[in-house]
Amino acid sequence: MTSVRPDSRHLAVVPAFNEAATVGDVIRRIHRDAPEWDVVVVDDGSTDRTAEVAEEAGARVLRLPFNLGIGGAVQAGFVFAREQGYDYLAQVDGDGQHDPGELDKLVAHIQTHPQLDMVCGSRFRADSEHEYLAPISRRTGIHIFAFLLSRFVRQPITDPTSGFRLYNRDAIRLFATDYPHDYPEVEAILMLHHHRLRMEEIPVRMYARGGGVSSISSGKSAYYMVKVLLALFVGLFRRRPVPEPGVGSAVSAETGI
Amino acid sequence: MGQLDHRIQIVAIVGAAGLLLFVLEMVRRRRLLERYALIWLFCASVLLGLAIWRDGLARLAETFGIAYAPNALFFVAFAFVLVLLLHFSAAVSRLADQSKVLAQRLALLEERLRDQERRLGAPGAVRRGLDGEPLTIDEDIEPDDDAIEPVGAPRATRR
Repeated sequence: MTSVRPDSRHLAVVPAFNEAATVGDVIRRIHRDAPEWDVVVVDDGSTDRTAEVAEEAGARVLRLPFNLGIGGAVQAGFVFAREQGYDYLAQVDGDGQHDPGELDKLVAHIQTHPQLDMVCGSRFRADSEHEYLAPISRRTGIHIFAFLLSRFVRQPITDPTSGFRLYNRDAIRLFATDYPHDYPEVEAILMLHHHRLRMEEIPVRMYARGGGVSSISSGKSAYYMVKVLLALFVGLFRRRPVPEPGVGSAVSAETGI
Repeated sequence: MGQLDHRIQIVAIVGAAGLLLFVLEMVRRRRLLERYALIWLFCASVLLGLAIWRDGLARLAETFGIAYAPNALFFVAFAFVLVLLLHFSAAVSRLADQSKVLAQRLALLEERLRDQERRLGAPGAVRRGLDGEPLTIDEDIEPDDDAIEPVGAPRATRR
């Protein structure tokens, strides 16, 4: 891509829990479609050969000693990016849902919009090509979150559960310090808002899962809904300090709707 | 009625005193951190006090409008149980958070170690590499012996 600065460093974080079947292909696709990206796989305590497969495919691997859940795994990636001084971090799921070919689209967008701290790939933007279809129950949940979040952060959010996101240094620093636990994506948007960091969605393609099992089974959907709703409403009343003074954010976070 | 029967009073005293002694013994054996023992000692002391001091229990029952005084003892005990459970939920949450950070640090350090090993070729060369080379990351691993905290030491010295 033309607009990708050659001197900035990019890290693709691939959280993987028992995804030996697909993680190798994901890494190879990132190397092929986005060659200037470094890849780190966070093996979230897998019991299969996820870590070995990832290493053979040429990625660096963070092996968590036990399963932390998606939030803890991705946060390990943020800590890694902060310590290694990466300019941009993108999360690419290990199940093959995300298209690494779109990574440069995210980077191009954040570089042409320097006020943004995060760019989120959305499946549900009117202008995105519809290849992805989640089960109806999950889509309903996603739309409820989207409705609530759009009001909380006063900007349209269409796909609050999308993990296909690009973060700049400020966002990396924030989430290396504090990232939500269990189902982090929805809450992370609210955190960005509270820290006066800006985000925008752009339309992306997403595929059906290439293999393995989703971390959110249908039985857990109800629990997921309730947990995220609790996190959202509690998050509204939580004051958080900005990650570092002087980054153009307010001293104390906003509260209330 | 409304007063403690002598038999149940004896049971209550023995039970509360036993709890108190058991907690003290666990602290002595370092099976229980003082931090958590304090709340238990407080509970046991209050329960023992109420079991011995019948008048106090009766007065407490009257204040809360409890017709049968021994029920006040259960009421107090139940309140303590709730407080303790909440306290432990908070403690577990804190531990979960700390173990998450530990797991992440461990994964990062292991990756760094493997990275060094790859660079230096043989696994045996790692220590020399750490001593000789300035690491790129701010915090340095010190392979010295004094870096290892004697975690199990206090317990080992006593019983």
